[in-house]
Amino acid sequence: MGLPLGAALAACGTSGPAPSGGGAGAGASGSGTKATYWFLQGPPGEAPRTAAVKRFNQANPNGQIAITTIQNDAYKTKIKTAIGAGQAPTIIWGWGGGGLRSYVQAGQVEDLTSWFDQNAAVKDRLFPSSFGAATIDGKIYAMPCETVQPIVLFYNKKVFEQVGVQPPQSYGDILDLVKKFNAKGIAPFSLGGQSRWTNMMWLEFLFDRIGGSEVFQAVFDGEKDAWNNPASIEGLTKMQELIKANAFVKGFSSITADSNADQALLYTGKAAMMLHGSWSYGIQQAQGGDFVPSGGLGWMNFPPVDGGKGDPSDTVGNPGQYLSISSKASPEQKEIAKKFFANGLLDDQEQKDWVGTGGVPIVKGSDKLFAGSKDAEFLNFIYGVASNAKVFAQSWDQALSPTAAEVLLDNIAKLFQLSISPQQFATNMNAVIGK
Amino acid sequence: MSATTAGRTPSAVAREARGGGVLPWLALPALLAFVAFAVIPLVGVLLLSFTSWDTLGEIKLTGFESWRAVLTDPGLPHALWVTFLITVLSWAVQTPSSILIGVFLAGRQRYRELLAVLYFIPLLLSSAAIAITFKALLDPNFGLGAGLHIDLLTQDWLGEPSLAMGVVIFVVSWQFIPFHSLLYQGGVRQIPRSLYEAAELDGAGRVRVFFNITLPQLKYTIITSSTLMIVGSLTFFDLIFVLTEGGPSDATRALALDMYKRGFQANLMGQACVIGVILVIVGLALALLLRRLGGRNPNASQLEGA
Repeated sequence: MGLPLGAALAACGTSGPAPSGGGAGAGASGSGTKATYWFLQGPPGEAPRTAAVKRFNQANPNGQIAITTIQNDAYKTKIKTAIGAGQAPTIIWGWGGGGLRSYVQAGQVEDLTSWFDQNAAVKDRLFPSSFGAATIDGKIYAMPCETVQPIVLFYNKKVFEQVGVQPPQSYGDILDLVKKFNAKGIAPFSLGGQSRWTNMMWLEFLFDRIGGSEVFQAVFDGEKDAWNNPASIEGLTKMQELIKANAFVKGFSSITADSNADQALLYTGKAAMMLHGSWSYGIQQAQGGDFVPSGGLGWMNFPPVDGGKGDPSDTVGNPGQYLSISSKASPEQKEIAKKFFANGLLDDQEQKDWVGTGGVPIVKGSDKLFAGSKDAEFLNFIYGVASNAKVFAQSWDQALSPTAAEVLLDNIAKLFQLSISPQQFATNMNAVIGK
Repeated sequence: MSATTAGRTPSAVAREARGGGVLPWLALPALLAFVAFAVIPLVGVLLLSFTSWDTLGEIKLTGFESWRAVLTDPGLPHALWVTFLITVLSWAVQTPSSILIGVFLAGRQRYRELLAVLYFIPLLLSSAAIAITFKALLDPNFGLGAGLHIDLLTQDWLGEPSLAMGVVIFVVSWQFIPFHSLLYQGGVRQIPRSLYEAAELDGAGRVRVFFNITLPQLKYTIITSSTLMIVGSLTFFDLIFVLTEGGPSDATRALALDMYKRGFQANLMGQACVIGVILVIVGLALALLLRRLGGRNPNASQLEGA
């Protein structure tokens, strides 16, 4: 009990938390060396992560891990600052992709390629798709962990019943539903627009369904003027049409996803649908009272756009979470971290814990664990989406470099505010391609 | 030494010696703190502004590259304009209200003392707490307006650019008017009674007394308070960041927010330092200007017997 509480208190400080036990003084006795590990606070992930570390620490009294939990939006800044200052934790939790690339370029994280070669079993039991975002220029710099998190279209079945409509089978259906729900005074879609990446999920699907996964792939590959692709302009234009048709809840640009107010709109029936990461299931279950248990929550993959080229099985989101090892950590700390990756991480109990939060572990065959779970229906759906997707694209802001991602999020906010046109968006974004 | 002090009384010599020997030492701690926490970081920021640094890797000297990037970015004039708006509007709202409240609280009646205590409560709260509270109250779906079914309060307060700016000004004022009222209360209490007695004898009314005695006598308090307000609002960050994150889109993205976003979200520390330097220059210029407005000798006292 003492460990999580202490970690939570440490996370309240505004300055970088000192790695407890990681300093030179604590290591004097030899057996007192601790690896440090920072990760995100709050449901659904904090409990399974904390429990996994606790079990590892009990099994390894001589090589322990000290954890610090940090709130989502603050974490991204804090971890960067800590890494830049040479104060990184031993184990760096992250989303892979562009952020990981910047750590690699700065020489701040360990190359794990040879370790994975020596420990093939560790690699082979995980979803192959999870390694894409851990691989930079052909080398693996992170251990994929935790759960697959595709973006899902959630809907409130009770509201659909009340209005007497069916879930959308195409983008055209979405436009019809927008009119019907607005006529009944119910917001068609909930959206936590102030967080910006929430808006981005819409563009990710519109781009994919209209022009296929290669539209964003061209941006990622640094092709000149990739945002000028007609499919991209069409997606941006459709986006603004939706906003003008009042598809999103009133005041969406002042709602943050961190406070979970966007999900509250869905489970209180103030909004009918919401595009959100699969982790939202766990949050709605924890906070929505009997909404999820009573079968109020529906879910589906984003429907196809009429005449679009994209494969409707494609999905986007987080193909996993990622743990890297700081190159600044001591050899003992690195050893502890590797031991944790091989033996502690995603053990049977942790997989069960993740399943318990409504998550699908990135372990092959983890669907066996779903039997008997009250969430089996949702978990099987996510397992199916993740394993059947022709392309499981990484979220744009994670795939791009932090510099380009900030420009992207900034322009998305402006696009949703209708203060720039689709072409202006494309021009602004073309300017940072490859940066 | 002996030549200049020749002919003076021993006590004068002693006083001068003490003044010359001890006073610089007294200034030393403040000077050290100033050098350590203001001058050195400032030089660091200036140097970093001529580099490119992603906060992770090596710091690369790139000359005027960051300066060029910032100065040609249309975001800069916008951020300057937002900062200017926040500065001017919050000054225009806070100053009259603070003077009136300060004058009112300067009275020595019991109920005014009680009100004064209640009134200073916002000063005790952290900006982040205030911002989170107002954000919750103003939420268009779960906030005060929606809860009480008052349509007038059910606006998209933080989602409409002009409303969001208004909310920022309102919350900033709500937080800082108590502090400035405190300054004015002190200022009013230092005005010599004799001036008011003379005015009373001459038959001046309350309004006349306020405009002809209180306000002119508060001149230096007004300058002090305005300097704090204006220079303070240049670097205003925490409240806006929690309340709007500079949004909707970039409607409330003031210079300080722009600096943070560039430095810590986009990993462009060189550009963030350029904005830091611009902030320092603007702040110093404004502070100097305000001192000039105060007249030739800002240290002259208006007090009785001084």
